[in-house]
Amino acid sequence: MSAGKHIFQSPASGFRRAERAWLWAFRLATYLVLACGLGVFATIVVKGSRTVFQTEAPFLNVRFLTQAPESLYVFDFEGRHYEQGDREHRAFVAAHPAAENVKKESLVYSAGGIFPCIVGTLLLVVGSMSIALFLGVAAAIYLNEYARDGWFIRFVRLAILNLAGVPSIVFGLFGFGLFVIFFGWNVSLLAGWFTLAFMVLPVVITASEESLKAVPKGFREGSLALGATKWQAISTNVLPYALPGILTSSILGVARVAGETAPIMFTAAYVVRDKLPWEVARAGDFFFQGVMALPYHIYVVSSKIPQNDYTERVQYGSAFVFLLLVALIATTSILLRNHLRNRYKW
Amino acid sequence: MVSTLEPPVSALPGPRRADALIAIDHVDFYYGATQALHDITLGIEAKKVTAFIGPSGCGKSTLLRCLNRMNDLIDGTRVGRGTITIRGVDIHRPDVDVIELRKRIGMVFQKSNPFPKSIYENITYGLRLQGLKDKARLDEIVEKSLRGAALWEEVKDRLHTSGLGLSGGQQQRLCIARAIAVEPEVILMDEPCSALDPVATAKIEELIQELRARFTIVIVTHNMQQAARCSDQTAFFYLGRLIEYADTRDIFTKPANPQTEAYVSGRFG
Repeated sequence: MSAGKHIFQSPASGFRRAERAWLWAFRLATYLVLACGLGVFATIVVKGSRTVFQTEAPFLNVRFLTQAPESLYVFDFEGRHYEQGDREHRAFVAAHPAAENVKKESLVYSAGGIFPCIVGTLLLVVGSMSIALFLGVAAAIYLNEYARDGWFIRFVRLAILNLAGVPSIVFGLFGFGLFVIFFGWNVSLLAGWFTLAFMVLPVVITASEESLKAVPKGFREGSLALGATKWQAISTNVLPYALPGILTSSILGVARVAGETAPIMFTAAYVVRDKLPWEVARAGDFFFQGVMALPYHIYVVSSKIPQNDYTERVQYGSAFVFLLLVALIATTSILLRNHLRNRYKW
Repeated sequence: MVSTLEPPVSALPGPRRADALIAIDHVDFYYGATQALHDITLGIEAKKVTAFIGPSGCGKSTLLRCLNRMNDLIDGTRVGRGTITIRGVDIHRPDVDVIELRKRIGMVFQKSNPFPKSIYENITYGLRLQGLKDKARLDEIVEKSLRGAALWEEVKDRLHTSGLGLSGGQQQRLCIARAIAVEPEVILMDEPCSALDPVATAKIEELIQELRARFTIVIVTHNMQQAARCSDQTAFFYLGRLIEYADTRDIFTKPANPQTEAYVSGRFG
């Protein structure tokens, strides 16, 4: 009986075939995206980890993470093959004067490490996110809590949304024109901070407004009914509950700020700088110095120097460290957000 | 007896008492272009429970929220005509500080809204706003307020756990405790039991009986039995007009207006 026909058997119709075809189309599209993502990650992780990690203790290439970039000298001398960084090479030549005139290949930025770039990127992220969060949250509070809805406020919101679609190179040029030239800040941390902050402001404002909207009206009314001023109600009974949501959106902002190259090309980034950011004469100079930054360094080492096995190390190494750094900052923000979220639940 | 109910052409004037704590005098109220209250006149006596009843949309909550100017928070609302006077002061006078007004006129909301803070912090919230920091004094007020709201015995061992961990009825009593902690003169209750089960409702009603000795209470309710059980005066509203305002006993036993009679006997609403 079980092999025979019954009334619930599927008729072979076009609808059923289309159903299966679409299912596979969706499934393959998802797998394709996944494959591309994994491909990119795997390449960077596999090739980059060769630079960042090593087989003998301490298993981490400390030099790569703690030193400034140097030129790499590759040469054969007295029957042996040498690969030396700038300083090492100079010491070597001092010890073996005959090595001075050996035929050698020199490759810029391919030895040493990327410490100044890591520091520069961290400084850029912290500074610009602080500015963006302060301005963004303040604007969101004004728009959501104080401003009366009207054509003007709707226009402001629309303008902010449109700002999110402006290409980052345009922000870079804007920052260059306003901060670097007009304000005379030159290529500096400060100019980079503000340029990057303006780039992520639309995201921060929009997300902060959404987070504020999600806080139940009852909390505001409850506060006000107890004799709170508007700002007291917002600061004690609205903003703390909106913070986790605001931080969630800023995590995306962090990744963008850390990763964008175009906005800092003209405003904050140096190809190479010998001094570290804290090596300044006066404390005030700190804000007016340019810095090296990871994304810009990656751009430089992958497009401005020859491509070969020696330069590949620093290229993939930088990209790998960059991914790690962004992941680290994002994880910190996520932990902070979770901490806040557990504190205020409703 | 009426068979069809049409909006009353002219509102019956409610009683005005010279010694009323709150005097509402010919008040019109608008949401934008829509008039929500028409020529409301009534007086609310001190240390009494006054109930506002009427079907949904009759304006009773709107009137209640006029008394502590909570309607100010809604864009486009305005009192078109008339005055609301509390202790002889017109609350819409330009020199009235709405913050001071709300400190004296506490409010309990329909949907209980304990803050996502500890029970202790919920009670001390209003006091801290006023700058009170003395720990011993705060502790004392927390206990007194929770006892006042008949909640102390249930929560005294977990004052520092979240107020949201309480049951619905307890949350509403927490909100009452929070309101009385700042020692207001008047407590406005906007359908405080509408989300509660009968047992929790009974507790709140019992509590109202205890609070009437210390506070003037104005309660908006959908539940006519509740108005009958716990109020001294009852005002019946319909379509933004005050239809009848009298002693609760009279409203429920010998209403003067046929519409009131139809409503309290359950024939509409």
